[in-house]
Amino acid sequence: MSYTRRTKDQLAARVAQDIPEGATVNLGIGMPTTVGNHIPASREVLLHSENGILGMGPAPAAGQEDYDLINAGKQPVTLLAGGAYFHHADSFAMMRGGHLDICVLGAFQVSATGDLANWHTGEPGAVPAVGGAMDLAIGAKQTWVMMDLLTKQGQSKVVSACTYPITGLACVKRIYSDLGTLACTPQGLKIIDLVPGLSLEELSRIIGLPIAA
Amino acid sequence: MINKIVPSIEQALAGTPDGAVVAIGGFGTAGIPAELIDGLIAQGARDLTLVNNNAGNAEHGIAALLKTGRVRKIICSFPRQADSYVFDELYRSGKLELELVPQGNLAERLRAAGAGIGAFFTPTGYGTELALKADGTPKETREIDGRHYVLEYPIRPDLSLIRAERGDRWGNLTYRKAARNFGPVMAMAAKRTVATVHEVVELGQLDPETIVTPGIFVHQVVLIERVVTQAGGIKA
Repeated sequence: MSYTRRTKDQLAARVAQDIPEGATVNLGIGMPTTVGNHIPASREVLLHSENGILGMGPAPAAGQEDYDLINAGKQPVTLLAGGAYFHHADSFAMMRGGHLDICVLGAFQVSATGDLANWHTGEPGAVPAVGGAMDLAIGAKQTWVMMDLLTKQGQSKVVSACTYPITGLACVKRIYSDLGTLACTPQGLKIIDLVPGLSLEELSRIIGLPIAA
Repeated sequence: MINKIVPSIEQALAGTPDGAVVAIGGFGTAGIPAELIDGLIAQGARDLTLVNNNAGNAEHGIAALLKTGRVRKIICSFPRQADSYVFDELYRSGKLELELVPQGNLAERLRAAGAGIGAFFTPTGYGTELALKADGTPKETREIDGRHYVLEYPIRPDLSLIRAERGDRWGNLTYRKAARNFGPVMAMAAKRTVATVHEVVELGQLDPETIVTPGIFVHQVVLIERVVTQAGGIKA
């Protein structure tokens, strides 16, 4: 049977679907930021930005940008009524203190038991940069990863053990991918959903690891 | 009379010694004390260690300071940027030492310095390459209530340079929006803190309920002009 991968928009919408009313959420830079566009207006979700914003709103209209009000990706944003500003130590206390319900991050690799590698390729000459990734990965009540399942070379980014430098150990609870959604557990992978037409056996073959039903 | 208002950046930064550890506020376009960085370049101190979230963009601000060759080491969380080529070149050629610190540990190490904390156990970085010391040996770790932590030490700058919004002659400060970022923790951490403000007000005109950095953490305040974009926003 044939199947179709989720587009980036469909993947962002799939993540947004699981963010409940009332949640406090940090969306990582890059693809995770787009999840915010898919949270229904009827659902009140508080977005946190590591640089000291809670209650972050969407991008401003063209011409209304204020460069004192930016997100972690350094793009201009807005503040919702009720939003707050605070300094960096308070902002990271929100992360490490377990006050955020969910963070959504990108990844180079995730292990079946939830180890995350997303900050450094470790290649010679590569300039390392970590930012808030390690604080977020281990700090939020739930860390979700959002990524294409395969690298451009066709290798699975879900692995038995990460070969890239680790961001956090056993911190990822769920992987939202273009082929389906997986849970990472101490016993390994468990399936949450599959794109239509893809069987559990086929996904397990693509990843090269067992997946519990 | 206590008066921390200083007429010029030149005067505020005079006497900055070679070898100083200098924390510089800002995140992205917000809260970068650009005028103070230019002042430090003009002042000429060498062999500096910088503390900042990033490591400069293009050839202005911190990148311009790096380009002078007067920086020995940078402590930061995210040096890699699309236009961080000045840093990249110095780092790859071994002319600049990098201590990479997770962003929350960076903020907390500054806060700890300001609060007189000797060291603290943080869960961030446990089991990663950043739980290693510069010589490659592991940092001290401890399991507390079933969770693993790494021991991290304070960063105590000799000088912090920050950008605030309003200030008074006692050094009380407020900030503007997300330009607050590292300002308050850098102010409390340093032996000496210099802040720029866009408005100097009389004592009592800052609402005491909303002063963000109390003047005890601030040593000198310099009034600078605000740069306003066409949008009414504040330009980088």
